[in-house]
Amino acid sequence: MANSNNLSFSIDGVTCLAREGSTILDAARKNGVFIPTLCNLEGIPPKGACRVCSVKVNGKLLTACTTRIAQGMEVENDTPGLNNLRKAIVEMLFVEGNHLCPSCEKSGDCELQALAYRYTMTVPRYPYFYPKRAVDASHPKIVKDHNRCILCKRCVRAVKDEKGRSIFVFLNRGFETKIYIDPELAGKLTDELARKAVEVCPVGAIMPRGEGFKTPIGKRKYDKAPIGSDL
Amino acid sequence: MAQKVTISPVTRVEGHGKVTIHLNDDGEVVQSRLHIVEFRGFERFIQGRPYWEAPVLVQRLCGICPVSHHLAAAKAMDVIVGAGTGDGLTPTAEKIRRLMHYGQMFQSHALHFFHLASPDLLFGIDAPSEKRNVIALAKSKEYRELAVQGVMMRKFGQEIIRATAGKKIHGNGAIPGGVNKSLTPEERDRFLNGSEPLRADKMIAWAEEAIDLFLDYYGKHTDLLDTFSRFPSNHLSLVGKDGALDLYHGRLRAIDADGKKILNDIDYQEYLDYIGEEVRSWSYMKFPFLTELGKEKGWYRVGPLARLNTCDFIPTPKAQKAFEHYRARTNGKPNDRCMHTHWARLIETLFSAECMKELLEDEDITGGELMAGGKKQPEGVGLLEAPRGTLFHHYRVNANDQIEMANLIVSTTHNNQPMNDAVEQVARRQMTGQQTITEPMMNAVEVAIRAYDPCLSCATHAIGRMPLEVSLYDSKHRLIERKIR
Repeated sequence: MANSNNLSFSIDGVTCLAREGSTILDAARKNGVFIPTLCNLEGIPPKGACRVCSVKVNGKLLTACTTRIAQGMEVENDTPGLNNLRKAIVEMLFVEGNHLCPSCEKSGDCELQALAYRYTMTVPRYPYFYPKRAVDASHPKIVKDHNRCILCKRCVRAVKDEKGRSIFVFLNRGFETKIYIDPELAGKLTDELARKAVEVCPVGAIMPRGEGFKTPIGKRKYDKAPIGSDL
Repeated sequence: MAQKVTISPVTRVEGHGKVTIHLNDDGEVVQSRLHIVEFRGFERFIQGRPYWEAPVLVQRLCGICPVSHHLAAAKAMDVIVGAGTGDGLTPTAEKIRRLMHYGQMFQSHALHFFHLASPDLLFGIDAPSEKRNVIALAKSKEYRELAVQGVMMRKFGQEIIRATAGKKIHGNGAIPGGVNKSLTPEERDRFLNGSEPLRADKMIAWAEEAIDLFLDYYGKHTDLLDTFSRFPSNHLSLVGKDGALDLYHGRLRAIDADGKKILNDIDYQEYLDYIGEEVRSWSYMKFPFLTELGKEKGWYRVGPLARLNTCDFIPTPKAQKAFEHYRARTNGKPNDRCMHTHWARLIETLFSAECMKELLEDEDITGGELMAGGKKQPEGVGLLEAPRGTLFHHYRVNANDQIEMANLIVSTTHNNQPMNDAVEQVARRQMTGQQTITEPMMNAVEVAIRAYDPCLSCATHAIGRMPLEVSLYDSKHRLIERKIR
């Protein structure tokens, strides 16, 4: 039968079924199991950039968003070791940028913050970098705050013009890398695409011009329940 | 033998400060200073941030009355988004903000009177130091109920803030051009008819009782409260257009020690034409003054004492009655008695309670239109009367909506000179000619500062055994003795 669950695998010892070709992440979700993600976004090809979805298969660390399920695969997911690793990744993202939740308009809707809460991060185990980064408010529709960018590439992968060209690109390399609006395509950022850019950003790095804090505390995405509670 | 007395930190105030008092060979006070020893830097690090972040960011200055900074910044941003200067908001937005502000005024004044100041009054300035705190109040049979009352009054105010701003501390309810929520009928009903004692009527009754408590104490210690740290000064505050006490919005008025108006009906967008700031090398806190009178004579007081001197009347019935009694005490003249600040503060507490009830009973509070806007402006000033006095926020933004200039004059800054004068006066009175400097003498200096309820850095303060260091120097500034409490 087409599209049937025809592969058997296990997550943390529980036997599950998946369609052939599924990633570990998709298969886990279909079976009601939470695996954290940051760079992954439904509807666009996975990237495996942030490593927050790391799971263990045969003792080896793999990203759940890019690894396909195989028959009989035994996946370790919700273990103290892996959760500590994920927490460490979240902490690294915090220290690498300047994430000041108290004054950030994404607070309460931010996936990075929500994961930090889920993994009970208090103070990062690593020293803060305090990088010198700027706010770029030169575009009439959005404000880019590089202090908050985690380089997940969601905007690059999701926001495209009618010819399929990425409006956002990476500029520079290594620690100097930052998201950049392709000057030739800047005019293609319609209101709809600008809204999409804001929506796909998991943190507060891309924000709409001229508004903030419109959602009252208590009504924000993660005010009521931690991230992943829907699974 | 010449001495230098240091009181550091000053206790039961918000933030950190220290006092130094220099005595000459004859035991006379030759110089006294209140030093503000910390530096915050908000005006600088907000530069470059988008303007809509300001109300949420700058309120982190303070954990006691963050709503003041939140609203002052929001008012400045109202101007920048073209929503006018206090008159352009929707009725719902204006009233939600007012409710938030009066909730804050109520909780902050209750905090100051019950937690910080009342131990000095109820146990005495010279009571053992371990007794002069709200915990001792709660432990004593006599004042237990009063301490609980103080805590519950704070709670009510904080719950009002939570309902309007989203959180008790550091919410985000006020946004440029309006608010992000109104009250649901259920939220409103809880404050009017909810479980005892957290109801608006009870808060009004308790505020009245607190005034009675003060007056009872005043009757028994009239001389102390009338003469302790008393000196003439100018006074400044916002007043309503009709001269009413208004803590959220108004026009600038300043009067001199005789009640003559120095400034009247001034639009605060033009405050720079009337107020200057002097920098002195020994303090991180500036010294503001009325430019018309100059640095020497232009200093003034702000806060409850000043507000009840500048306003013509209070627009709620019970507080107005208390105000008439208060005014009669000085025959309608400006009150320059530092300890009467506590009285004025309690009248404002009652006023805030009455305002909260009035607002809660207003239909607009559950309304739907939350936002207003208009033509963008590059610059805006937001003023309001914070619990401790007039608060100024001034911002300029660039074409990309980023803040390029911020100037904040917080209430305590205005009171810098008066507090220094109060320290000097009390030090002279308490320490001149004394062989040894005792702890009660030092506490007396603190009592004078405490009357202004200063927010030295805007931080909460631990209760209990405060560190206090007193150093004795000879006339060549050689250390003779250092005592640490």
